[in-house]
Amino acid sequence: MEWRNLPTALLFIAPASIGYAVFLLWPTLRGIYLSFTDTTAFNAGELVGLENYQRMFADGVFLDSFRVTLYYVLLNIGLQTVLALVVAVLMHRLTQSLVIRGLLLTPYLVSNVVAAMLFLMLLDYQLGFVNAVIDTLGLDRLMFFGSQDLVIPTIAFVNVWRHLGYTALLIFAGLQTIPDNLYEAGRMDGASELTMFRRLTLPLLRPYLGLVLIVTVIGSFQVFDTVSVATQGGPANASNVIQYYIYEVAFSRSYDFGYASAMSVALLVVLAAVSILQFRLTRANTNDMA
Amino acid sequence: MRKSLKTALAGSVVLVLAACGSGGSGTGGDSATGEISYWLWDSNQVPAYQACATAFTEANPEITVKIEQFGWEDYWTKVTAGFVGGSGPDVFVDHLSKYGEFAQQGQVIDLDELIERDSVDTSVYAEGLLDPWVGPEGGTYGMPKDFDTTAFFYNTAMLEEAGITAEELWAADWNPSDGGTFEDIVARLTVDTNGVRGNEPGFDPSSIAVYGLGLNPHYEETGQMQWANFTGTLDWDYLESNPWGTQYNLDDPEFQETIGWFYGLADKGYAPASGVFSEETLTQIGSGQVAMGTNGSWATNSFQALDGIDVGIAPGPVGESGARGSIYNGVADSINAGSDKQDAAWEWVKFLGSTDCQDLVAEQAIVFPSIPSSSDKALAAFEAAGVDVSAFFSYLEDDNRTFLPPITLQAGEVNALAKTALENIALGNADPSSLTQVNEQINALLAD
Repeated sequence: MEWRNLPTALLFIAPASIGYAVFLLWPTLRGIYLSFTDTTAFNAGELVGLENYQRMFADGVFLDSFRVTLYYVLLNIGLQTVLALVVAVLMHRLTQSLVIRGLLLTPYLVSNVVAAMLFLMLLDYQLGFVNAVIDTLGLDRLMFFGSQDLVIPTIAFVNVWRHLGYTALLIFAGLQTIPDNLYEAGRMDGASELTMFRRLTLPLLRPYLGLVLIVTVIGSFQVFDTVSVATQGGPANASNVIQYYIYEVAFSRSYDFGYASAMSVALLVVLAAVSILQFRLTRANTNDMA
Repeated sequence: MRKSLKTALAGSVVLVLAACGSGGSGTGGDSATGEISYWLWDSNQVPAYQACATAFTEANPEITVKIEQFGWEDYWTKVTAGFVGGSGPDVFVDHLSKYGEFAQQGQVIDLDELIERDSVDTSVYAEGLLDPWVGPEGGTYGMPKDFDTTAFFYNTAMLEEAGITAEELWAADWNPSDGGTFEDIVARLTVDTNGVRGNEPGFDPSSIAVYGLGLNPHYEETGQMQWANFTGTLDWDYLESNPWGTQYNLDDPEFQETIGWFYGLADKGYAPASGVFSEETLTQIGSGQVAMGTNGSWATNSFQALDGIDVGIAPGPVGESGARGSIYNGVADSINAGSDKQDAAWEWVKFLGSTDCQDLVAEQAIVFPSIPSSSDKALAAFEAAGVDVSAFFSYLEDDNRTFLPPITLQAGEVNALAKTALENIALGNADPSSLTQVNEQINALLAD
């Protein structure tokens, strides 16, 4: 390392680190501090110790919103990862077309809010296109956003639709690191596509899948826009996911920033734990290719 | 999912800014000059208040008014964020169910001193419109601007097809056990997919072509858009004293019976189940799948504008007490305590609450101004446009009843609790008697 390069290095690092400090580090520390206070939207508040955390574990709505969020993450990530893997492998093995790759990514270019509005219209019970089709087929209309049983699967599906292409591309990038000669060797040995997928693709893709999972799971836990636009947590709290509940507490229910911060910290802890666990389980930092 | 991450970040940034920016109450500008911002939530009213703003600037050339409009949900988020970040409007349209918290937290200013200083005559407002704007600890936090009541909008062609006259609908009575003649009318207006009406043998409540009564997806402690026209005929009120009561009466058996009756209409096939319609009765009636539905006087113009559907307006039915009932909701203008143009803001608020502005608003025939002489003009303007709005005024007649929406502190939390409880009843997850427990929860909250 040449020390005379240090000033230049710092100059290059500065934009990112200032951004990191201002928009990530400081809010996080500040949020953690606020979680130990009774700060409201209008008042600075004082330290109250663990009161907000005690309240959290006694708050049925909070516990329920955690359950709802977990259910959402399971559905969202489960469906999304399987489909994205299939799409990525198809792209890898069948076509290298840039046009198709571009098309796959289009839903991701639509903002979450617009996607939610779009599906709100498409899936409307009375006036939606999808229910018109269901009706024509002689089946019973479905309350996609209006029924407590369907609302979370519906929101999960909307977000799978939006993120599928993006996730598939991430996996596809991982697939491209697998050398072609391995598949050639596989074919020489008479392995079918399915066997090669199981014996070659999956094991060699593990570190990439691991990282993709960590990133998508974190994003999935933080689902907010779709809920805010399409259901506002309803019907009867059936889609009251954790981020939406935090927002409600801070900005419309009780303006209670202290309690909202405590819940945010709880989410942070859970996400950190889940990420570390995933990292360990998928051994995302090691590669079998070496 | 990067987008949601950004949202989360934005959220935490707001939280931080919030913590930094709070506590800064405005000191008030010296002179009444400059541009002030005025926020409202009803897009229909923008032209009317733009007319006021133009007239105001003509009279006060040194002050201009910039009007901004946001939909109801976004509106309160933006107002709150404005208080917190110090970037809110100078003057904004305030709501009875919201202002208590703002007043208590010192976010809107007490107008008493200014009213006294400028000898503003507050007796010009219709009776009962100013009183609810007196805060929990005294002080006046809003200048009345217009009022609304709710009634039943109906598709006149469907009423005729069912062989029901408008007089019959006006004369309808109601009780919580069998719904009275009002429920009969709703039944007759309901048609199943085989063309059988709700009062005829062979009616299939599981397959409906036209619902007799619509259901607004607004589950609120006020019941304004759902059941308030019914509970309003009972010997019942939301609170032991309104405004600023601390004891809700959701445990009252007759109230719970009414709630059960109201949401039970869906089981009979007379009303759509919760979730069938995601939009309010305006869209429901517009779709031709609903014959009649509750809405507020503010929506009159939107109903008249429905394409190909002629809409009439009837008041809520007469209850066992012999009276009709409706929420009598007054909207007012409040001044943001954080505004640095307090004097200019006050001049504008004074103008908004004067006959000069209210007459201009009346001409547009959109809402009923709070000054009787102006609301008479609005009535005339509605009549000139061929719209009979007498249903909304019927509650003000001697035998009938108007009442305030429940005004308490902690309104956001109360609303969230009541909303979930009511929705659970409508969805069939809970019995109306579950409101007793929710009532205890709410009262415990208000007792703090």
